[in-house]
Amino acid sequence: MNPALWAAKTGLDAQQTRMTVTANNLANVNTSGFKKGRAIFEDTLYQNVRQVGGATSQDTQAPIGLSLGTGVRVVATERTYTQGSLLQTGNGLDLAVQGRGFFQILLPDGTLGYTRDGSFQTNAQGQLVTSSGYVVQPGISIPDGAQTVTIGSDGVVSAQLAGQSAPTQVGTLQLVDFVNPAGLQPRGENILTESASSGPAQSGTPGLNGLGTLAQGSLESSNVNVVEELVNMIETQRAYEMNSKAIATTDQMLQYISNNL
Amino acid sequence: MDKLLYVAMSGAKETLRAQAANNHNLANASTTGFRADLSAFQSRAVTGSGYASRVYATNATTGWDSTGGALIATGKDLDISVQGDGFIAVQGNDGHEGYTRAGDLRVDPNGLLLTGTGHQVLGDGGPISVPPHSSISIAADGTVSIVPLGQSAATTANVGRIKLVNPPQDLLVRSENGLLHQSDGADAPADAAVRIASGSLESSNVNVADAMVQMIELARHFELQVKAMRTAEENGAASAQLLRMG
Repeated sequence: MNPALWAAKTGLDAQQTRMTVTANNLANVNTSGFKKGRAIFEDTLYQNVRQVGGATSQDTQAPIGLSLGTGVRVVATERTYTQGSLLQTGNGLDLAVQGRGFFQILLPDGTLGYTRDGSFQTNAQGQLVTSSGYVVQPGISIPDGAQTVTIGSDGVVSAQLAGQSAPTQVGTLQLVDFVNPAGLQPRGENILTESASSGPAQSGTPGLNGLGTLAQGSLESSNVNVVEELVNMIETQRAYEMNSKAIATTDQMLQYISNNL
Repeated sequence: MDKLLYVAMSGAKETLRAQAANNHNLANASTTGFRADLSAFQSRAVTGSGYASRVYATNATTGWDSTGGALIATGKDLDISVQGDGFIAVQGNDGHEGYTRAGDLRVDPNGLLLTGTGHQVLGDGGPISVPPHSSISIAADGTVSIVPLGQSAATTANVGRIKLVNPPQDLLVRSENGLLHQSDGADAPADAAVRIASGSLESSNVNVADAMVQMIELARHFELQVKAMRTAEENGAASAQLLRMG
């Protein structure tokens, strides 16, 4: 059928995808450690109907040609790694990363996952786990009968045991970083996994080598800006309507010719 | 067959093509850094014996709209927008230098600076690569500086300067992949006067109100051509009727 219909159809598709991204951002406005996504658009290939610069005579060239665009497509959904604001929760096992870095999580299938969501709990064995029950790596075990747990900004975990005057160090948390965190593969449950485009994980001590520091008793809130998303939504909706209008108009043109000839 | 039919047909066909170009602009109403295509009709007279009424219309892309799009503040260090005239130089898929206004940059795992659509950003001496860093900033003249991983914030390193160009607009043509390049095949020289702003993106410069009005105009124009085709058909039927009576 006519390219005019298809160009407008790609516009509808792309705006639909953008709406999905916006809706996902808005749905996760209260998800701790969530990083907002953004759909990246690209104009698709151009069809050269008449080549610019074609010879119009032996010595002259056409100054203009006809190259028809074929629409738009979404090339990527990129996550924006700006810092979310810190929420004071007062919970001793809530951690927020201030700066770059991810917590390392052992997934049930034995592979490693990465998250910015530091709302940790302990399981029946006293291990530090995420809300889904996945063990934080390197493993930290809080001893039975610990009165308080203190986690330093450099990741040192110490517990105050009953009957002892000095706290006991029970482990050290590490953070990992990637060359291109935007390239991490999201897999739900606030967990991202390494991909070919993220680069390999580089682990280190919080606060050193450009890694962020830890804040105990805080959670990093989502970095979704609600106002921005609402404006995005308006823009998406209007662009969608206009593309739909373009399809209707092209359809009317074709209908007119088939009714009148 | 009467030539009127063919003249009207070429008008309808080219109007439909112009509608396709207009729909392409509308589809890209929210593509970062997009430049609207401009098209115009040209008359092509086909001279021969008889009355000189056979003037066909052809649609042609006359270039692109060079007005600036709205700037959107995103706050991302790697989002840049060109202030005023000028373009960011990137490496096209064919290895040649291309120019774009889309400044949604990112760093790939090999440290190469890429645009959102995956083209390598060129510096004064080839593609810019960014070593591991804890922070990155892009200055108004395109200088990319980083705080290397493990160094204090007082240590910054310049890793290159994004090539910014400002060739005359009539030299630039759009290639099939959407990038602009010089029609003579040469690379544009770097222009030190082009300024960029980091933390913002330039939206598409498609004027949607304009595009909607144009859409209506083209639709009505198309109907006129069809009406002329209908008239040609009626004329033909009338003359056939006349011959039958005789």
